[in-house]
Formats: sequence, C-alpha cells, structure tokens
Amino acid sequence: MRRVLEGSHAVSCAVDLARVQVISAYPITPQTHIVERLAELVADGVLDAKYVRVESEHSALAAVIGAASAGARTFTASSSHGLALMHEMLHWAAGARLPVVMAEVNRALGPGWNIWADQTDSLAQRDTGWMQVYCEDVQEVLDSILLAYKLAEQVSLPMMVALDAFFLSHTYEPVDVPDQQAVDAFLPPWTPTEILDTRDPRAFHQLASPDYYMEFRYKMQQAMEEALRLYPALDAEYGGRFGRSYPMVQLVPFREGARAPLALVTTGSVTGTARVAQEELGRRGTPVDLVKLRLFRPFPQAEVRRVLEPYERVAVIDRNLSFGYGGIFAQEIQAALARLERRPAVYPFVAGLGGRDITPQTISAVVERSLGEAPPEDLLWAGLKE
Amino acid sequence: MVSGHLACPGCGAAIAMRFLLKGLNEKAVVALPACCWSIIAGPFPYSALRVPILHTAFETGGAVASGIRAALDARGETETQVVTWAGDGGTFDIGLQALSGAAERNEDLLYVCYDNEAYMNTGVQASGATPPGAWTTTTPTGSPKRTRKKDIMQILAAHRIPYAATASIAYPEDLVRKVQKAVALHGTKFLHIYATCPTGWKVASEVSVRLARLAVQTRIFPLYEVEDGERYTINLEPVGYLVDAYFEAQGRFRHLGREDLDRIQGQVDRDWDRLKALARLG
Ligand SMILES: Cc1ncc(C[n+]2csc(CCOP(=O)(O)OP(=O)(O)O)c2C)c(N)n1
Ligand code: SF4
Repeated sequence: MRRVLEGSHAVSCAVDLARVQVISAYPITPQTHIVERLAELVADGVLDAKYVRVESEHSALAAVIGAASAGARTFTASSSHGLALMHEMLHWAAGARLPVVMAEVNRALGPGWNIWADQTDSLAQRDTGWMQVYCEDVQEVLDSILLAYKLAEQVSLPMMVALDAFFLSHTYEPVDVPDQQAVDAFLPPWTPTEILDTRDPRAFHQLASPDYYMEFRYKMQQAMEEALRLYPALDAEYGGRFGRSYPMVQLVPFREGARAPLALVTTGSVTGTARVAQEELGRRGTPVDLVKLRLFRPFPQAEVRRVLEPYERVAVIDRNLSFGYGGIFAQEIQAALARLERRPAVYPFVAGLGGRDITPQTISAVVERSLGEAPPEDLLWAGLKE
Repeated sequence: MVSGHLACPGCGAAIAMRFLLKGLNEKAVVALPACCWSIIAGPFPYSALRVPILHTAFETGGAVASGIRAALDARGETETQVVTWAGDGGTFDIGLQALSGAAERNEDLLYVCYDNEAYMNTGVQASGATPPGAWTTTTPTGSPKRTRKKDIMQILAAHRIPYAATASIAYPEDLVRKVQKAVALHGTKFLHIYATCPTGWKVASEVSVRLARLAVQTRIFPLYEVEDGERYTINLEPVGYLVDAYFEAQGRFRHLGREDLDRIQGQVDRDWDRLKALARLG
C-alpha cells in the first residue's frame, strides 16, 4: 500500500510490521516521533508489544538487553547525546550477541547545542560491535528496519539503522508499505534457544577469563564477516519479495557503460542531493559517477575496492569528523584502497556538520575542486564560511 | 546455590543469597549487576546458582530486570519472578537512577540489595552506604567518611512501592519470610539485606553472623518493613546495647575515639526514635 509517511513514522511502521515484542526508548529530538508513534500503537492495542518507559537511554538499552536475553524481539531508537549515553550498553548488546535493532537519527552533539544532522554520533560507536547502515530516503528507512531484523537475527549481532535528522526523520515522502503477510513470510518470529529460561537455567555474560574472551571476540568478528557474505542474498530476497533492493555499495554512473573521471562517494540523505547535482553537472559538461555507500559495519572493503578501483579520482563527502584526522568514511575508504597497486587519488571533504546544508552547489564545488586540484595532503572543507 | 562458589570465607553476601533462594519459588530469573557476586557466581562456563542468571553492567539492575519482566510477560510467563541482586554501590549510587525508574513504574520485580557498606569487588572503596567513621581505601583513616549512610529505605519508601523491608543474615527466618511476602505481592519490592564482609571490614570470618546480630541489637541496622511507602512495622524490638561492642569488633573502625562513638550513638538513638515514631503513625 502506498502511503505518505514521515521518516520517523516509516520507522514505527516497520517496527509494527516486524511484530516487535518489547520496545524501550527515551525521548530525544529528533527521534521523538518514532517512539511517540510506537507508544500510541502499543496503547491502542494495534501492536501487541510491551513498551518500557524508562528514565534514560542507558536504561532503555539495558531494558532491551534484558528483554532480548529473555527471548523477545526488541527495538529502541535514539540520537546524539542519547546514543552517547548508551555507549556502554552498545558494547554489552553486541558482546551478548543480541539481535537488537535500533533506529538512530543522526544528530550533532553539543556544545553548542545542535539538533541538526551530523553522523559523528553513530560513527563514534563504530567499534561497539553493532552493524550499521545509512539511509538515503524514507522508503529506504522502512525497508532497512525489516532487513536489519533479518540480518541481525541470522548472525546474532545488533544493528543500527541510521537516518539523518530532519532531512529524513521529519520529511514526508510517499512510501510503499508492504503488507503484513508478506513481511511475516520474510521475517518469521525470532525463536532463540539460548535464553533466560527457568526450565534450563544458565548464566549469561559472566566473567570470561583470558582463556575465553578472545575467542568470543573472534566469533563476533566472524559474525560480521558472515553478515557481509549474507547481505547480497538477503537483499536479493528482499528485492524479489518487495521490489526494492539496496546494495551495500551502489554505483550510479552518469552514463551507463561509460566511466566518468571522478567518483563521488556519499552516505545518507546527501546522496539524494548528489543525484540532483550529478544531473546538473552533466548538463554543464562535467560528468561524475556517484557511489552511494550504505553499509558501514561490517565494512564492505572488497566491494568498495571493486567499485572504486577503476577511477582516477575519488571524492568523499563526510558529514562527520574524527577530530585530529578527518572524515570517517573517507578514512575507511582510503584504508580499503591502500592495498591496490594503482589506487585512485582520494579527495576527503568534510561538509554539512551540525545540519549545515549540503546544497547541489556545495556538491558541484566539491566535484570541481577534486577535478581541478592536485590530491590533498589533508582533509578538505566544503561549505565552510570564510 | 551449589558448592564451589567463589566468595571469601564467612562472606555475608553468600549467606544472604542462600536465604534469598530459600524464599523464592521455583521459577525465578536473577539479574546480576557488577558486584562481588559477579565473581562469586563463577566464571564462564560455570555457575554456582541453579537459577538462570543474567550478568549485566553495574548501573543497570533496575532497567535490565524491567526488560526481562516485559519479555516474560510478552511470552505469558507472568508467574516467573524477576529478581535483581545488587550490591550497595549498584543500588545506592550508580544504579539508583535505574532503580528509581523501575520503582516509579512499579515494575513487578524484587530488587534485593545486599549491603556490605562499600565497593568490595574493586577493593573496598567507600559507597553511599558506607557508615560515618569507616575506613575504606577512598576514606583512609586520615580522612574518614564524615557523612551519614544514605537512607535508601526512605528513598524507596518515597516511591510508594508496595513493599520495602530490611533484613539481616543473622535473622534467617525473618529474611526468608520477607522474601516470600515480597514475591507474593505485585509491583516493585525492595529488600535491603545487611551482609557482613570479613575482608572489607577487617574481621575474622567466623564473626560474620554474630556481628550482623549485634548490628540489629544495637539498633544500628533495625529490622522493619514499609508497606505502600507509609505503613512502618518494626519486626524486632532490640535490647538496644551501646554501639561500642559493634565498633570495637571491626578493624575498619579501629581509629575511632570515644567522641566519635558518642556522636554515632547519638545518631543511632535519634534514628531509632524516628523509626518508632513512623511505626506509631502506621
Ligand atoms: C560503569 C562502571 N564503573 C565502575 C565499575 C567497576 N566496579 C565493578 S563492581 C564495583 C563495586 C561494586 O560495589 P557494590 O555494588 O557495593 O558490590 P560489592 O562489590 O560490594 O559486592 C565497581 C566500582 C563498573 N563495573 N562499571
Ligand atoms: S570481599 Fe566481602 S563481599 Fe566480597 S566475596 Fe569477599 S567477603 Fe564477600
């Protein structure tokens, strides 16, 4: 069914379709619409789930960890300071191998207080053992939540679906909402066997000496690699059932069969703007190919290498910053390309921090600088005031 | 509980767990935030308990248990008891927020704090439950703790939960009865168990229970219940010995002088009078 949905409500709608059993979350702008709608759905008896109204994000994730350990399909949502407060429990959820799914609305951290889009919050959590995807539009947000449950439950790792503050969370778009039966067929109930069970009492997550800990981590890494292997088939299955597919790395060539002199890599909602910029630039005689990076953890290294290897130049736009180094996606892309014999020159741009608009003009400027200048030693800034 | 647990000899927390388990019915799940019991329960792949345990982060006792409760309810397992078992640090201090949240929502769970009056797992540092005058590694004798022990029972009572009670390893029947009473009630139940720590208190392991009895008899740790946050019942009228014998028995108070003891005696007497007054109101 086609409906016009706000990005936040696309999340709630997907959570409902996924038949989640326990939800716990704490409000933070711009995540609030997600949890308000879910609280309503639960209160109205539309969604047969328990809503645990906790007193902090830390407790929200702790509650969800408790619930998942007792065998429930769980959901939480957060953003920015809320996600930062969850940090300890992010590690715990992953180490406990629980397939928790979270919607994470990318928002800047203070000071100064800033509620607008910025991916530094979720990228700062990259080493917690959570899988992460970054979404371009509202449809992708809805589909990603469903895909996230399937993948998370297959590999026993939690997954974060990231969407840009306001650009996605508060934007209404026409969305194709799958029907419940189709979702049920794609996503059967989660039936874990290793759970808190009085008939089969066990201890979970206790002291693990050096004799065991490293193997636990090795298995987590293997699960990440497994997720990377499973992803294409899962995406293909989703595509087959629902008609939409989301490759982990997507190449959008300016002209089919031809290769432009520059590949522009974007993540999140900027990709939509970049599509517009790509057309404009093409009309002005500057063809550029677009590469949308969706999956960040596990990082699709081989795929990044395969897609970007043929290019002379690669520009990356990061709406995030690792202080003292640079944009995080650019950093990882450079690392992925490092092993190539003939590797593209990478132009790492930081742009759009704290919700600064990344306009088609910003993107054109990024492209023109990348084509006109020698490869930089340092990061480059786009859209910075003089 | 089975043999092979890792508590120090004479550990009051180990004794307290035995009595808790006696009071619980067959179906119980225990959430265990970081504390000495994270060690006592045994490392992977062992367990010293015959109930399912979820080890969890230090400050999450109230929240994790709420989540377990929600999942069990969602699965229709409403008769399974959810129990949090936390130390005084995980209850009075870092975990207070999550406990307060759970209590405010009146989650159907039993939160048990075994109080050994310091952070023992990390090597005897002061907590909000450490009494005035006590030596710990962060309140060394040159600068002992001056502030009072946080009144956790009043804090919980102020949440108007259906049941809060103190208990002691020296009074097992009373303790087990309180566990049984708690689990029969719906909502958040809180049990504050006094549990001696020979290691942290610098006492011999065999005096644990005797010391716990003395704490009750001197009125330092009175046994009482609070129902719905307002009906106070004192369970035992102690003789009211002077506090001296209690303090003299412990290495952690060795540096205290006559003046300190007199001041503490004054505090204990005032607290007792106040508790009696509350009980008369109820
Ligand atoms: C966030 C966090 N801070 C610090 C610690 C270290 N830590 C583990 S147990 C503990 C003290 C526990 O004290 P208490 O709750 O009184 O229990 P006890 O050890 O006395 O049994 C501390 C400080 C931790 N695990 N997590
Ligand atoms: S340190 Fe104290 S509380 Fe911890 S196990 Fe030893 S006696 Fe028990």
